Amino acid sequence: MPQSFGPAVIRSLGILEEGPMCLAIPGKVTETYRQHDLLMGKVDFGGIAKRVCLEHVPEVRIGDYVLVHVGFALSTIDEDEARRVFEVLDGMNQLDELRVPSP
Amino acid sequence: MKYLDEYRDTEAARKLTAAIARTVTRPWTIMEICGGQTHSIVRYGIDQLLPPGIELVHGPGCPVCVTALEMIDRAHAIAARPEVIFCSFGDMLRVPGSRGDMLQLRSQGSDVRVVYSPLDAVNLAAARPDRQVVFFAIGFETTAPANAMAVWLARQRRLTNFSVLVSHVLVPPAITAILQAPGNRVQGFLGPGHVCTVMGYTEYEPIALHYHVPVVITGFEPIDLLDGVLRAVRQLEDGRAEVENQYGRAVRREGNAASRRLIEDVFEVCDRKWRGVGLIPKSGYRLRSEYRDHDAERRFDVDDLETEESSVCISGEVLKGMKKPHDCPAFGTQCTPQTPLGATMVSAEGACAAYYAYGRRLGASPVPAAPPLVQVGGGR
Repeated sequence: MPQSFGPAVIRSLGILEEGPMCLAIPGKVTETYRQHDLLMGKVDFGGIAKRVCLEHVPEVRIGDYVLVHVGFALSTIDEDEARRVFEVLDGMNQLDELRVPSP
Repeated sequence: MKYLDEYRDTEAARKLTAAIARTVTRPWTIMEICGGQTHSIVRYGIDQLLPPGIELVHGPGCPVCVTALEMIDRAHAIAARPEVIFCSFGDMLRVPGSRGDMLQLRSQGSDVRVVYSPLDAVNLAAARPDRQVVFFAIGFETTAPANAMAVWLARQRRLTNFSVLVSHVLVPPAITAILQAPGNRVQGFLGPGHVCTVMGYTEYEPIALHYHVPVVITGFEPIDLLDGVLRAVRQLEDGRAEVENQYGRAVRREGNAASRRLIEDVFEVCDRKWRGVGLIPKSGYRLRSEYRDHDAERRFDVDDLETEESSVCISGEVLKGMKKPHDCPAFGTQCTPQTPLGATMVSAEGACAAYYAYGRRLGASPVPAAPPLVQVGGGR
């Protein structure tokens, strides 16, 4: 299974070491558990697993993608919405083709 | 979908760039608010893909950069105390205070640690009841849920040795301040995608209406940014000024209700001084009095510090979008990421550091900028 981005990319973005402040990155939930009365989980970021607080995304299921910032999941990622930009682009492409004069 | 590579696709970028070029009939100035967006724009050369009339100016959305010098100095004073373990996000350690940075403090024997999450600092407090653990709780709304959770959890776990030095900042008042500034050139905004995952975007609706500026809530990948610019340009060309959500995969109109409730429980809005910008009314969070036992400013008496700012650094104008990093005489010479004069040269999200890292130095030989946008599909 190809990974969306590897540890080198994460390092180059400085996400784990330096933790740029407004960056949140998508990761896949691989495990959930409770600790100190909070919903926690393991999230995989292209090969790096981190413990993440999932308390504010209670609907999350294993296999879902969540957007994580400083060890805290801010939202789940909506797959339909994620596709939308590409559907619009495909539409754009068809419009382009209509504009091209036939040879 | 993995939600990352797809948004770096060259072909999609080409289509969007072409669509922007087709849409534009005159020059427009658009500000991206968030430092993470600035970083992506410079890294991938997004600004250089746009038609010449479209100017992207970089906003003040770098929390490390705008944390007031007084606050940095207070952090130093607390971190220097022998009973304290001072925890912070990594970027903050290199921000110059009046008397050096926190790495210097560490080399002099202070216990200063980098944590990935504020929740790690809470666990450290549980593990070290003999020490005072202080976490430097900075950030925009994006970081507020995690920081609020740390405070809430410390109270829940009765960790009396955990406290936070809070210097939170808020985006909407900063946008308002930029729009009200004399000589403002910004005609449209790429709104801060991650801030809005938490807060939603209803706060931006009155701003768009009142100042007649489009605000497009935008993500952080190249395709997101180009799509955001396209949507902003369409609005500007049509004379519309609406709040539009480009980042629908992560942002809902009302944000994250649980996070907003927790923030409301732990923090209250206060006036806040921004480094390089000045005081912006109602632009920050501080701890509510119910949580005062965890307030590091109350626990340690660290007021009345004398601050001293670099006289050359123009980071204030850079943060307000008035100037670009290479307008500064010290940029790339006296001021580099190794020897930063101002915070915008420290953080990966600071405009100066981004310009420096990706070779936007006047007179410097061009450094190969971003890694190429990856191609999606085909054997991967």
